[in-house]
Amino acid sequence: MSDDAASSRAPESYLTHGWRWRDWLLTTDHKRVAWLYTVSITGFFFLGGIAALLIRLELMTPQGDLVSADIYNQLFTIHGVVMVWFFLIPSIPNTLGNFLLPLMIGAKDLAFPRLNLLSWYIYTLGGIFTMAAVITSGVDTGWTFYTPLSTQFTDTAVIAAIAGVFVVGFSSILTGINFIVTTHKMRAPGLTWFRLPLFVWANYATSLVMVLATPVLSATLLLLIMERLLGIGIFDPRLGGDPILFQHLFWFYSHPAVYIMILPGMGVVSELITCFSRKTVFGYHGMALSILAISVFGFLVWGHHMFVAGQSLYAGIMFSLFSFLVALPSAIKTFNWTATLYKGRLIFASPMIYALSFIGLFTIGGFTGIFLASLAVDIHVHDTYFVVAHFHYIMVGSMVTAYLGGLHFWWPKMTGRLYPEVWAKVASLALFIGFNLTFFPQYLLGYAGMPRRYQTYPEDFQILHAMSSLGAGVLAIGYLLPLGYLLWSLRWGARAPADPWRAAGLEWRTGSPPPPHNFLKPQTVSGPPYDYDTLDNPQGEAR
Amino acid sequence: MNDEVADYLPAVEKGLHLIPTQASSHAGQVDQLYYVLIAACAIILLVVVGMITWFGFRYRAGNEKADRSSRPSTRTENRVEIAVLAAMLGVFMVLFAWATTLYLNVYRGPEPAMTIDVVGKQWMWKVQHPDGTREINSLHVPADEVIQLRVTSQDVIHSFFVPAFRLKRDVVPGTEKMAWFEATEPGNYRLFCAEYCGSFHSRMLGKVVVMEKGDYQAWLTRQRSGGRLAAIGQQLFAAHGCSGCHKAQSGVRAPSLAGLYGRRVALEDGRVVMADDAYIRDSILQPKKQVVAGFEPLMPSFAGQLDEGDILPLIEYIKSLQPSGRNKEPVPMSQGVRP
Repeated sequence: MSDDAASSRAPESYLTHGWRWRDWLLTTDHKRVAWLYTVSITGFFFLGGIAALLIRLELMTPQGDLVSADIYNQLFTIHGVVMVWFFLIPSIPNTLGNFLLPLMIGAKDLAFPRLNLLSWYIYTLGGIFTMAAVITSGVDTGWTFYTPLSTQFTDTAVIAAIAGVFVVGFSSILTGINFIVTTHKMRAPGLTWFRLPLFVWANYATSLVMVLATPVLSATLLLLIMERLLGIGIFDPRLGGDPILFQHLFWFYSHPAVYIMILPGMGVVSELITCFSRKTVFGYHGMALSILAISVFGFLVWGHHMFVAGQSLYAGIMFSLFSFLVALPSAIKTFNWTATLYKGRLIFASPMIYALSFIGLFTIGGFTGIFLASLAVDIHVHDTYFVVAHFHYIMVGSMVTAYLGGLHFWWPKMTGRLYPEVWAKVASLALFIGFNLTFFPQYLLGYAGMPRRYQTYPEDFQILHAMSSLGAGVLAIGYLLPLGYLLWSLRWGARAPADPWRAAGLEWRTGSPPPPHNFLKPQTVSGPPYDYDTLDNPQGEAR
Repeated sequence: MNDEVADYLPAVEKGLHLIPTQASSHAGQVDQLYYVLIAACAIILLVVVGMITWFGFRYRAGNEKADRSSRPSTRTENRVEIAVLAAMLGVFMVLFAWATTLYLNVYRGPEPAMTIDVVGKQWMWKVQHPDGTREINSLHVPADEVIQLRVTSQDVIHSFFVPAFRLKRDVVPGTEKMAWFEATEPGNYRLFCAEYCGSFHSRMLGKVVVMEKGDYQAWLTRQRSGGRLAAIGQQLFAAHGCSGCHKAQSGVRAPSLAGLYGRRVALEDGRVVMADDAYIRDSILQPKKQVVAGFEPLMPSFAGQLDEGDILPLIEYIKSLQPSGRNKEPVPMSQGVRP
């Protein structure tokens, strides 16, 4: 992030404000902490991505010929642990959220700036420690750490890895508390709850889930450590424990965690679609309420991970019902995004292409969730590639697409530079095509009976696996291109005006990049969000 | 051993089937629901993509011909939202009811004709039939009978998955779970472990052999005759002096053979092999080839002393030396475990 050129001419901004090590590593400016996070999660993302590429390479052929069975198992463990805990969960909240939440509500910083920095240290050091443990000792339990495999049947450093994840959990909790307090207490005068941008709503709901769910994961991991270290029987049947109890506790966190991952993405997409439709969002209240509904219902569906694990029939039926119901607010949101386009004035800039890709991929990913909520079908496709495809459509297809869309949209604000639009369009299309090529065949594989986490597989499945592996190559281009041209733009990109998209929202009412304390004058809000009619027609023509 | 058994497919059915063969009474019902789900998903996707395409074309910036006046009021928006919500709720509840009914059928089946025990362990399937016949990595069942499976695990969680039956049941240590199916089509079908269970999860494979009822009975009889072979093998075992070294407390450093068959054996050279028929045969005829870890290569070869007719009974006898065991079917090692 060399920004020497910027510092020479640009007016004072948070970026010109000191470039010694401690100006960054001891900063309490939410905008700089956001950058620290961006660097960390990008590093973890490419680490997890390399593991994924090796997995896809191995699966080009039915035999195990690239790596040994144990290495393969370690690769998908690394991929899962890194992508879930060290990339997806912190991705949007801690980068874009960290940067934008105070700006969007007209605040100087988050409520607890030092806590924010502490959260980054916990996350980064915990993450590096965990990865060191996982890689050096070859943890091979999968990211789910199912018992009794993780407690009695692996002699790797499971405890160290779990301790690392446990520690990183506190970073989520601290961020959650910070965001909740900031949203409650630091909104600009006139910025009532129903004038908040949906991105703020999404991060607020995400924070609630983080604060409520993460302690359960922490407690579960502690129990696991106690069992493995002290031999206290909690999950291991030989010690009188119940292995399914672990799954209940684990998914009580890890299913809401899926919503921690996707809700901020939904927030981003709402901002992008309104801006590039030059129109307010369709059904603002419905959008805000469905975000809250998702975060609440998200806590009631964890049992759908155990439809074939032997929980009671009636528990299974209730979890199935709630899993159908949690899809309703998502369906409303999808409909509303699409309806927002109606009678808009659509501009197909690269962030908009990302946002529209999101809608398509989220529709597929969401509706295949309905397949999995359908008990009888789930019995067949549970733990097959169908599930793998489903959650990648949500967590990669939707979430990473939204993250990249948001990164492009706010890049001028964050860096004061514009990126090359043509390359961005190419990258967004590469992402969409590569993603579908990688993961759509996996739906077919799943119903055809291909179980997940298999290093070797029957020859019949090779054609679909090969398509998937080739798609992963295209997908990698979709990730590497932005890394290239966004870094390029830091030095050579054209200078961005304060509001390059003519967007609504307080973050655009200040410089790009913003001054150290965000706004030179205190902000007040007097109207609804996404008021593009007034923005585009300042004379106040009838709408 | 010449009881002719009908010629079932030599191995599991090959070829990519996006919809796997329907080989159970239940499979077709699941597929019907699956088709309806695909149709519903496709319709919704068409609506969404259609709206995006049409609006994207019609209301693109620069198209001033489009009518952008009289946008829907907030009240209209709310009404539309509620209508969409109600429609989706209706669709979802129909799907929910349908899927749940089928689910109840799978886990609360009719009165079973027989109960077969299935034990998962790293990384194989052990099966025991009601008459005590045992097999590894294969499950022979008669067609058109309600078969109940009683599944449990000896170590970690596995999952018993037969795609052709649309059946999956987690195999959990410390508990016994029930599952049932009624196979309709004779043939060989894949059996997978679907729950990640450690190093060789992807090699924990087997097959389900669905036979006509008569053939199944013939198969059971043939398995029992393995017991007679084992008795002959026991005499050979004593006559050739095997028991001198391989009996417990024999004083010579030789591995015990009790419970050997079907186990994974660590070798002196670091390899791990499956103790299957071929392994036992090799160990008798070429003992230097695979020396068990921790033992000296002391055993002489019995090639020349034993003829082919002696080897089979010996193998049957060694198989019968399970800690609790009797006779079993030879393991189809094309399906078996090799690191």
